[in-house]
Amino acid sequence: MKKWITLALSGVLTLGLLAGCGSTQSGSAPAPTQPAASEPAAPAELSGVVNTDGSTSMEKVIGALSEAFMEQNKGVTVNYSGTGSGTGITSAQSGACDIGLSSRDLKAEETGVVATVVAKDGIAIIVNPQNPVADLTVEQIAALATGEISNWKDVGGNDGAVAFIGREAGSGTRDGFESITGTSDKCKYTNELTSTGDVVANVASNPNAIGYASLSAVDETVKALTVGGVAPSEETVLDGTYAIQRNFNLVTKEGASLTPAAQAFFDFATSKDAAELIAAAGAVPVAK
Amino acid sequence: MMDECVSRPDPAGDGTRSARVRPGAVRVSGARLFETVMYVLFLLCGLIAVGFVCFISVYLIWSGLPAIREIGLIDFLFGKTWASTAAEPEFGILPFILTSIYGTAGAIVIGVPVGFMTAVFLAKVAPPRLAAVVRPAVDLLAGIPSVVYGLIGMMVLVPAVREWFHLPDGASLFAAIIVLAIMILPSIISVSETALKAVPREYEEASLALGATHIETVFRVSVPAASSGIAASVVLGIGRAIGEAMAIMMVAGNVANMPSLFKSVRFLTTAVASEMSYAAVGSLQRQALFSIALVLFLFIMLINVALNALLKRKTD
Amino acid sequence: MQARSLSGRRRLYDRTLTALLYFCALLTCALLVFLIGYIFLRGLPHVTWELLSTKPSYLRDSIGILPNIVNTVYLVVLTLLFTLPLGVGAAIYLTEYAGNRRLVSVIEFATETLTGIPSIIYGLVGMLFFCEFLGLGKALLAGVLTLVIMTLPTIIRTTQESLKTVPQSYREAALGLGAGRWHMICTVVLPSSVDGIVTGCILAVGRIVGESAALLFTAGMGMSLNRFFVWTGDLAGSAAATLDSFLHSSGASLTVALYVYAKERAEFDVAFGIAAILMILTLVINLSAKLVGRRLRRA
Repeated sequence: MKKWITLALSGVLTLGLLAGCGSTQSGSAPAPTQPAASEPAAPAELSGVVNTDGSTSMEKVIGALSEAFMEQNKGVTVNYSGTGSGTGITSAQSGACDIGLSSRDLKAEETGVVATVVAKDGIAIIVNPQNPVADLTVEQIAALATGEISNWKDVGGNDGAVAFIGREAGSGTRDGFESITGTSDKCKYTNELTSTGDVVANVASNPNAIGYASLSAVDETVKALTVGGVAPSEETVLDGTYAIQRNFNLVTKEGASLTPAAQAFFDFATSKDAAELIAAAGAVPVAK
Repeated sequence: MMDECVSRPDPAGDGTRSARVRPGAVRVSGARLFETVMYVLFLLCGLIAVGFVCFISVYLIWSGLPAIREIGLIDFLFGKTWASTAAEPEFGILPFILTSIYGTAGAIVIGVPVGFMTAVFLAKVAPPRLAAVVRPAVDLLAGIPSVVYGLIGMMVLVPAVREWFHLPDGASLFAAIIVLAIMILPSIISVSETALKAVPREYEEASLALGATHIETVFRVSVPAASSGIAASVVLGIGRAIGEAMAIMMVAGNVANMPSLFKSVRFLTTAVASEMSYAAVGSLQRQALFSIALVLFLFIMLINVALNALLKRKTD
Repeated sequence: MQARSLSGRRRLYDRTLTALLYFCALLTCALLVFLIGYIFLRGLPHVTWELLSTKPSYLRDSIGILPNIVNTVYLVVLTLLFTLPLGVGAAIYLTEYAGNRRLVSVIEFATETLTGIPSIIYGLVGMLFFCEFLGLGKALLAGVLTLVIMTLPTIIRTTQESLKTVPQSYREAALGLGAGRWHMICTVVLPSSVDGIVTGCILAVGRIVGESAALLFTAGMGMSLNRFFVWTGDLAGSAAATLDSFLHSSGASLTVALYVYAKERAEFDVAFGIAAILMILTLVINLSAKLVGRRLRRA
């Protein structure tokens, strides 16, 4: 009886592994390192794993791009890890990933890598839908972030303590927010969360909360404020009237070539074909 | 089998007192070699556990010392500000140490009485049918993954704390203490129950014969007799609480404040977990995180030594 | 015998403590009922066939946890594959060959120490050694190696217990018939203690399935479906591709996926669905361990 149970369990387990089974059309072995970059228009030849790592704000954009790419190139697996822009850049520098993702531009001390802008993104200032406040100036937002203004009634809202939700120190969104509002190293956060999605969820569930998140992540559960009268949208980000915005970058190691699969994905993401996907994901494509 | 007996005259080959079929017969070296090989193989397997412990200790010490040397031991352990990514970085981990201590103490203060009483109930007072229902329930509690506790804490406890105490945000030390107390309950209950069940019946019968009630016997005789086992369960709970990371990451917020019951805090474990992913390789920030892990490891080792001392006293 | 009439103070003591005992036990049970009930209530409605059998899609805006189930199966199978020989071997050394008493107590102390180390330290050391020093990168294999170290004490302890229950007379009979020590272990002791070893495996599986902190740093958080067995049209290419896939695939296990969906993507329905699945798995594992344990005691 025991033997049957053991056999059955092993069978189920093996079936489970086989569920991930797949086949490739490619006749060549997976290419780990090949110096020459191959044409993106030869999908049947591509196979291997492309590791992308970094910004959580770029999750939807990279998700849509990689899924479309994988549907065209069945032999390739594109992995995404949402660890923050800072990590994305350091992974690209050390070679731990093929393509790093950063939702901010490179700093002067971040050498050895090249950033390619793939989209522009607005940083929405979000509040709970129950909050009556609908518009704030950049100065008011900075004051809320540093704790100078600590009660909602000082900016026209209800009487209640302000909970400013921010991101962890390696976040590109935080870097963009703090540099544009001039609050670097001065913010007093009630909470430091590790992803854009978490900030949105936190603000959606807390009537006193205000936070910043990528425009692509904003949904109906939160309300995006207008900044100085300008609402965040694709047009206002593109023409610059929405002040709080930053670039989505693909970060690659300087001087080293990507694997054929990674290069193909890179070319696909920066091509005109990807513009529609990027726009559908909520960011503003730059390759028009 | 009998043929083998005849052709292998020296059965054990390692000097144990086993019967020989033909005393004085010539050894077959092939079998002896095989036996020695298997012995060495098993010895290696046994030594692997020791090897792992040494490896982990050495690696942590080796990774954790450079930052301590650069920051300075006193500044590191007793500095009150942790600002690892500021323009002028500071690496004081006193907030984390104190938060871990307070959080664990809080969890023990809440968890131990409830756990201890439940163990007494299960071991001494409960009717057998009821105990048969409650005991598997406790075992199930012990097996639930910590992320599940964190999820419930995040979705139920944190908003509740925010509403009850009128806070801007519910993620706080208080929420973490409650979650930790619930997580250490099963360990305390099962170890204490085992200790209570091991008390010799003669003690209890003597006490009952002298006129004490059942409850008086339990609390005045059995519990003191099982005290070292119960103390061991508390130490086990402490070890579990101080090492918990995932559940706390989801309920305690993540700001490096000095501990305060209703503010967002960082424990030693969450300090390592939250910054590890974006600390640049080779930077002082990363090495400081290794040092935090080293401090945590030393705490755990101290607790383990205490546990061993208590258990040894129980068996003596 | 004197009549037992209690003083008022003693009766109060009695009543208060009994009430307290029942209260605490009730609290514990209520806690458990609430935990399980809430998870099932919020999670089971979302455990659909679609959730279990598809992978997440941004284009169709749907979520599926098949990649995570596959990753968890990989972790369980490979960890057991490595831990079983090591753990059983160590336990055999400790009970059958135990030569040096000091060495045995050192090994047992080391095993106890390994159980006490928190999983985040395992994750950190695993990340430093397996992912960075050995160059595996973020890979499920690095997670497997870390889990091997973590589950080793469980296997050693349960195997030791079950080896101890084999009557000494079995061993002496075998040795008396002329069997070598290894031969005796292999043919007499091990088969009798299979039940205990299976219990150890089941407990280890429970530990592996519930582990999250160690895997977060070693095995990554990706949600793409890993194809472990790859067919490239020819046998050699397939073997190479399969080996490459086994060595380099990374991804989130079920628990890590729960964390990601709850904390990073704010997909609470999916998170509760995964929690419900994990609870069911825990229940099944606990039950199996008890059933096997009962058979062990009956035998």
